[in-house]
Amino acid sequence: MGGYSPRMQEAAKVVERTRARRLKEVHARLSPDEKQELLRKFHPDYKPDAQRELAVGSNKGSRMPNELVDVLESQSRIDPAAFDLTQVDREVDVLVIGGGGAGSSAALVAHASGAKVLQVTKLRLGDANTMMAQGGIQAADKANDSPVLHYLDVLGGGGYVNKPDLVKALVLDAPRVIRWLEELGTMFNKYPDGTMETIHGGGTCRMRMHFAQDYTGAEIMRTLRDEVRNQGIEVIEFLPATELLLDSSGACAGALLYNMENQRYMVVRAKAVVLATGGFGRLHVSGFETTNHYGATADGLVMAYRAGAQLIFLDATQFHPTGVAFPEQLVGQLVTEKVRGLGAQLVNAEGEQFVYPLETRDAVSSAIIRECLERGRGFATVTGRQGVWLDSPMIDVIGGKGTVEKQLPAMFRQYGRFDINMAVEPILIYPTLHYQNGGVEINDQGETAVRNLFAAGEVSGGVHGRNRLMGNSLLDILVFGRRAGAAAAARAGGSQPGSLSLAHVDRYNGEIEATGVQGRFRSPILLPQYARKVGSSA
Amino acid sequence: MAETQSARERQLTLLDVLARKPEAAAPSKAAPDEGPAGIVEINIMGKRYEVPEGLTIMKAMEYSGYSFVRGCGCRGGFCGACATVYRMPGDYRLKVGLACQTVVEDGMYLTQIPFYPANKAVYDVAETPPTLGSLLVNYPELARCLGCNTCTKVCPQDLQVMEFMAAAMRGDIARVAVMSFDCLMCGLCASRCPAETVQYNISILARRLYGRHIAPPAKHLADRLTELDRGDYVAEVDGLTGAPTAEIKKLYDARDIEEEAD
Repeated sequence: MGGYSPRMQEAAKVVERTRARRLKEVHARLSPDEKQELLRKFHPDYKPDAQRELAVGSNKGSRMPNELVDVLESQSRIDPAAFDLTQVDREVDVLVIGGGGAGSSAALVAHASGAKVLQVTKLRLGDANTMMAQGGIQAADKANDSPVLHYLDVLGGGGYVNKPDLVKALVLDAPRVIRWLEELGTMFNKYPDGTMETIHGGGTCRMRMHFAQDYTGAEIMRTLRDEVRNQGIEVIEFLPATELLLDSSGACAGALLYNMENQRYMVVRAKAVVLATGGFGRLHVSGFETTNHYGATADGLVMAYRAGAQLIFLDATQFHPTGVAFPEQLVGQLVTEKVRGLGAQLVNAEGEQFVYPLETRDAVSSAIIRECLERGRGFATVTGRQGVWLDSPMIDVIGGKGTVEKQLPAMFRQYGRFDINMAVEPILIYPTLHYQNGGVEINDQGETAVRNLFAAGEVSGGVHGRNRLMGNSLLDILVFGRRAGAAAAARAGGSQPGSLSLAHVDRYNGEIEATGVQGRFRSPILLPQYARKVGSSA
Repeated sequence: MAETQSARERQLTLLDVLARKPEAAAPSKAAPDEGPAGIVEINIMGKRYEVPEGLTIMKAMEYSGYSFVRGCGCRGGFCGACATVYRMPGDYRLKVGLACQTVVEDGMYLTQIPFYPANKAVYDVAETPPTLGSLLVNYPELARCLGCNTCTKVCPQDLQVMEFMAAAMRGDIARVAVMSFDCLMCGLCASRCPAETVQYNISILARRLYGRHIAPPAKHLADRLTELDRGDYVAEVDGLTGAPTAEIKKLYDARDIEEEAD
């Protein structure tokens, strides 16, 4: 095939030669002790210089990735004194900040509860990691499964530190969420009698992964987006929040929004605010490439933290084991776990398996890093990137010719654009920064430590503990998006925001100055800086 | 000599771009058979830039100093934010692609179409039957389709757009739904349609009607909801939320793993 150089073709042949034998082999699973040892030695979170203690705010002393601490220890991008907050531009019941799956489901439910909703988003409605989630969504809705088993899987995957009340909400709401999507007309893969097709994901004990080809998140997102528009909910795009606004009691009462196209600010007063701004992938923690959306710059963490919210589990970052390592144009992009779910093994440069493919993501990532960096059994591309092989052709051998193209159309198309036929040739992968396991701490209604401030989706933390399982993020955004939307609407019914204030931002800026930390940015940063500096600037 | 040096510099710049995050990857062991790529010239909205060969249009624009606000989304081929139209010198034909998925070619003239003012009908999916009538009531312009096939030619996902528009005109909702499933709603089809139809909005209506009314509801799901509605599982889950970690671990380790059926 045209996509691989002769040297890569040779390397791929090694994988092909061992395929028939490997088809009959199942790699041993890790014992709990082996897994701990593997994580300790090779997981990027455990690298001593990758994290440091936060010097300001209510989580002072907590260890977090350097890149996140950098934006948290930066001063606000606005000068609070420059705003006259008595001039309110918009008054609503519920302000939803974020245009992904969590924000859209919160907006839909709050609207259905009768609240006047304004949804704002930094890019377009639907520009979010939700759109990119390929693999599926978990729900224990089959006869051999139960929310109890789902609960155990979530806890085991998360390192047994997940917040129990959040996990309870997740697993008990899951079937209702699937039903909601079904009623909205989401096209899940189904058998002719309506039974959902379901498969395993890493760390599941039952096949409870529902999917829509490998466009699961896209299918959910475009359905929700269409429904937001059908419901007539007001949405303003390219209008991120830069700070939250509090009232004199310290409760959240709105936000300061920034029109990125005309550089004007807008003051919105709201009786309740739902923060659904997603995660921090575009901070490139530890220098890793990322699967994340362009807008995943930790804005919500920064704003909520300044307003007094608590952060939890942010020292645990999820690296997805299978990010593209070749071709260069796709580097860092997600190769869905479904590829392994359908039978593809992970294979080193010698053509041998080195880990059971459906261990939890942290373990598989660590095993790949060990294989490349310690054991020297990875393959190095022309640009020096290391990777191991994901033996995707096994899928067609197991499932019959055409299975890859039918089950993984998005992946198949993406590789096809670069002349790589993943149904015939193995693909080269390396771990990539995928998910912020922790976030703003919430209760089971989605409320944060700041009254009237709700958070849902990746910006929030607790439900996944220290490691999220595949298929629980699409579930999380919908379960807690809906809960936050309902709770925010209910709260709006009984509250009247007082005068608006940015005093918390002044205080936070002052604290940064007092501690002497030198913030590298003005934050939230809103967008990553990828433009090359060209020529000289004025 | 000056020329040699400049070529060398170009190579270094290229490698710098390609290995932007060297600390995450391992040390370089590049093989000699894959020499570094050269430089190509592209024209961004009429302005010429030199960029390393092999970059996507999106990365080439950033290499040229552009910072995106519009025209950049998932950067992974899923969201349709970066629809791009381009033309090659000496060829009258317009080509299209997603900026994040299309590699630059020497001499290309390009522009992005980050937004297109498309007609979107408002409907209640539950109350809309999956019929031709429903499509026409919401999108009467559907009947104006000329069958010119421009939409198919312009689709960056290589979908058979005209074919599923023909299916729509026959009221074959299921066929529209299945054939349009991989649509990213980037808007390029609508931007080129002489009949001013919005293929991607018509097809999402069809997909939602299919999902809601034609695909049978999952019985196992309805059964589980019946159980949940009467409060099943709550006590069991509550038993776990209060349980000590050692007990949860024991239960976790004792789980039986469902075998995949062949």
